[in-house]
Amino acid sequence: MKKLLSVVMVLGLACTTSLQAEEVNSGGVESLRGSSTLDATKKADEMKRVIKDKNPIARNYVHQPPMIPHQTRGYRVDLNSNKCLTCHGWKYANETGATKISLTHFETRDGKTLSDVSPRRYFCSQCHVTQADAKPLVENTFEPVESLGNE
Amino acid sequence: MTNANNKKGILQYLKSPNSAGLWFILLIGFAGGVIFWGGFNTALEVTNTEEFCISCHEMENNVYEEYRETVHYANRSGVRATCPDCHVPKEWTHKIIRKIAASKEVWGKMTGIIDTPEKFDAHRRSMAEREWKRMKETDSRECRNCHNFEYMDFSEQGNRSVKMHKDALGTGEKTCIDCHKGIAHKLPDMKDVENW
Repeated sequence: MKKLLSVVMVLGLACTTSLQAEEVNSGGVESLRGSSTLDATKKADEMKRVIKDKNPIARNYVHQPPMIPHQTRGYRVDLNSNKCLTCHGWKYANETGATKISLTHFETRDGKTLSDVSPRRYFCSQCHVTQADAKPLVENTFEPVESLGNE
Repeated sequence: MTNANNKKGILQYLKSPNSAGLWFILLIGFAGGVIFWGGFNTALEVTNTEEFCISCHEMENNVYEEYRETVHYANRSGVRATCPDCHVPKEWTHKIIRKIAASKEVWGKMTGIIDTPEKFDAHRRSMAEREWKRMKETDSRECRNCHNFEYMDFSEQGNRSVKMHKDALGTGEKTCIDCHKGIAHKLPDMKDVENW
């Protein structure tokens, strides 16, 4: 009982001393979004806008999953339906003028070819993304290959 | 008396003071008819609001929540469509026919045919097909309440829209609902659905 009382008293004293201390500047937070101090609220960045509809974007390396040059708002890909395939599937691509999904999408992991889209490639947005007008956060010297149509 | 005399007789009667009672009743009846019609129409229009539709939990918890994620709920311009805009025709004759057919929905509410999420999902495909069929038969009349193909500005639309609207709508080959299924609510199992 006495030990408990003494521990509580020591803790209470410690709290009061820290309350009376001055505010310590911890230096803030540095991140890719710039630096900010802990007590200031940084103004939110402008929302990025997705490219609505534009011509296909040149790829940067062989086997790159092509980027989506149009918006995909509300497009559902689930067990009931796959909206992407209603334009990009081989059935309808001639009618719509959309890029067909490549034959790699019909292959299993073991290299067997199936008669319809392989389950491992069914969920398009795991590899294919829309584009927005966002500047790169980090400078880099990446050069796309020339054979795919880049300068 | 001859026929000619009878006709003259009626006109004379109507002009005479004796007919004041008849005129009175006619005018009261006319005013009553106007009031009744107004009241009837107001009540009908109350059943034509989103608020009324989602007063059933079957609608509020399922299709209303799905609709809230779509472009008809919130979009760039703020021009939107609510339940009756797509599901109830605007012309009077078609509207009344639909309203009479809607008594089936009252029955469904009373028997609780879709009153749990599981039951709703079991019926989703048949309900969707009913609506798709209705829209296909009327050449997407409800879509055209707001979206008029004749006034679509192809210089404003994206590449894909221009191509698809020209090829499908312009030729009359397809109608809106053929491609724009799932525009407002979640799709059911789409196995064997044309164009999907």
